[in-house]
Amino acid sequence: MSLQTLTYLVVGSSFALYIGIAVWSRAHNTGDFYIAGKGVSPLANGMATAADWMSAASFISMAGLIAFLGYDGSVYLMGWTGGYVLLALFLAPYLRKFGKFTVPEFIAERYYSRTARIVAVICLIFVSFTYVAGQMRGVGIVFSRFLEVEVTVGLVIGMGVVFVYAVLGGMKGITYTQVAQYCVLIFAYTVPAIFIAIQITGNAIPQFAFGSEVTGTGVGLLEKLDDIVMSLGFNQYTSGTKSRIDVFCITLALMVGTAGLPHVIVRFFTVPKVRDARTSAGYALLFIAILYTTAPAVGAMARFNLVNTMQPGPVGAADGNLLYDDRPDWFNTWEQTGLLRFEDRNSDGRIQYYDDSNPEFSPTAAAYGWQGNELSVDRDIIVLANPEIGGLPDWVIALVAAGGIAAALSTAAGLLLVISAAVSHDLIKGIFVPGISEKNELRAGRVAAAVAILIAGYLGFDPPGWVAQVVAFAFGLAAASLFPAILLGIFFKRANKQGAIAGMLAGLLFTYGYIEYFKGLFLKWAGAPWGDNVAEAWLFGISPEGIGVIGMLLNFFIAIVVSFSTAPPPDRIQHMVEHIRVPRAL
Amino acid sequence: MTPENRAAYWRANLRLVAGCMLVWFVCSYGFGILMVEQLDRIRLGGFRLGFWFAQQGSIYIFVALIFFYAWRMNRLDRKYDVHEE
Repeated sequence: MSLQTLTYLVVGSSFALYIGIAVWSRAHNTGDFYIAGKGVSPLANGMATAADWMSAASFISMAGLIAFLGYDGSVYLMGWTGGYVLLALFLAPYLRKFGKFTVPEFIAERYYSRTARIVAVICLIFVSFTYVAGQMRGVGIVFSRFLEVEVTVGLVIGMGVVFVYAVLGGMKGITYTQVAQYCVLIFAYTVPAIFIAIQITGNAIPQFAFGSEVTGTGVGLLEKLDDIVMSLGFNQYTSGTKSRIDVFCITLALMVGTAGLPHVIVRFFTVPKVRDARTSAGYALLFIAILYTTAPAVGAMARFNLVNTMQPGPVGAADGNLLYDDRPDWFNTWEQTGLLRFEDRNSDGRIQYYDDSNPEFSPTAAAYGWQGNELSVDRDIIVLANPEIGGLPDWVIALVAAGGIAAALSTAAGLLLVISAAVSHDLIKGIFVPGISEKNELRAGRVAAAVAILIAGYLGFDPPGWVAQVVAFAFGLAAASLFPAILLGIFFKRANKQGAIAGMLAGLLFTYGYIEYFKGLFLKWAGAPWGDNVAEAWLFGISPEGIGVIGMLLNFFIAIVVSFSTAPPPDRIQHMVEHIRVPRAL
Repeated sequence: MTPENRAAYWRANLRLVAGCMLVWFVCSYGFGILMVEQLDRIRLGGFRLGFWFAQQGSIYIFVALIFFYAWRMNRLDRKYDVHEE
């Protein structure tokens, strides 16, 4: 069977499985649609949370980013896991005790204000659409490479599948689909990693292989990698180039953002008890950690493979570089997608892959007769090309395609659901039509999900950057807007509606403005970005990826100052805070 | 439940959270970022220790921390008799 047929078969059966689950577990009422009737076991919720949250960025882009960033890539590893500690300790159990349907609903009741609810809905929609744009691009990449269809066609197919199971199944359908998607994606991620770990080091566990010796050399993988990348003018793999304050802020923005993402928070509304919410966060992080501790190993091994393929002989020797005519098959396939490009600058028919932006290395490169780096590699292909680079069997390649699609679809579905809940429950029922019947609210939720899918698909055609980076901005926005409002709502009784509204608006506007100014997000048509995105121009040397931290501090500061200078919240609100702080009803 | 009891439960909770946050901070921001150069002089198998904390160790500790917190909180709930049925 050809790879093409096999891929269609594997991806097709995974789709059939997801839709089957959605039909079996479809939502019958708004409780099912928004929070799966509060009947999900902590283990299943942990798995669903892991799939919900590990997006195309985690699956497709992260190992690739780490492969090229080395130590600097740690910001994603720590940032996207450490946030679960915050979630488990500060938010999940209390929001579960509150026991309603959506995040803006908590904000509305805690801050006794419809304005606060609208502000929270705006923050939520902003964060979720930024995030979903990244997912749709992920779906497009996978489809165009593995199923050899146009990116547009791939997007439409992906939207169609999400449409069926998110609209039909609601939260209940999504939860059980995500459990299946987690199994597909984790299997697809770890199998190639194990194969490659064995090939390079003889150690089958990637987490250990990564610190082992390269077979037959007696030298550790990381040391060998450091040596070879430095001999090509690149930065040392195991140490960083970003400033310490920037690494610190990016990590913190990602952590706090994780804890403030509505589609993650709402997953903890679905378990039966407060104590389930606590353990469920533990299971979620455990399932996430399986992928997240494998990713840096995949990154290091992929970089090692890539460099060694291009540089089979000694660095600087005339025949030390790979002849373009001898390039492996996978090179050929990825070249056709345009994600891998070769340009023979010094016309020697060989591929020189080195860092030509490093001024200290340019005399050496000139002495070798090199006239610039000849290979450009899109970071997003590292994980997808890995099985081919490692020469793994076709079924593994097909599985990776299904895994990438599972990761993107599960996250997209979770995001679309919180967007639809914000529209049908918070805006329509909460604000405009309070008397709406349950049946009509459910119908409104389904229509909102369908519209959100169309907008998400549209954003997927013109995404504003790499998958992982686009997603990183969503985290910054969540960190600066929703997280402080929820945290203060639980831990600071004196926080009132004026404080919360002012804080959320300040955090959101500041962070969004900073990112738009330096990177351009939604206003590219109006000429964004306006500023030079260089360290000298940044506020305190903090990049747009890390600026959410300043936005968060601003939010906290303004919320506290405004709360103290206005009237305290009414007694019933203070009583409500007492109530959510203990697991049993008072 | 008396207000004093409730306040004592909340204080015990905050103490536990503070302890967990300290470990969380030291293992990620401390070992993985702020002290990475010093720790990189120490080796753990084929890894430099600071690099290992940044890309592996901190994640293992995060997982352990949540389960530890859940276990201690469940005990605290029982001690103050606020646990769910």
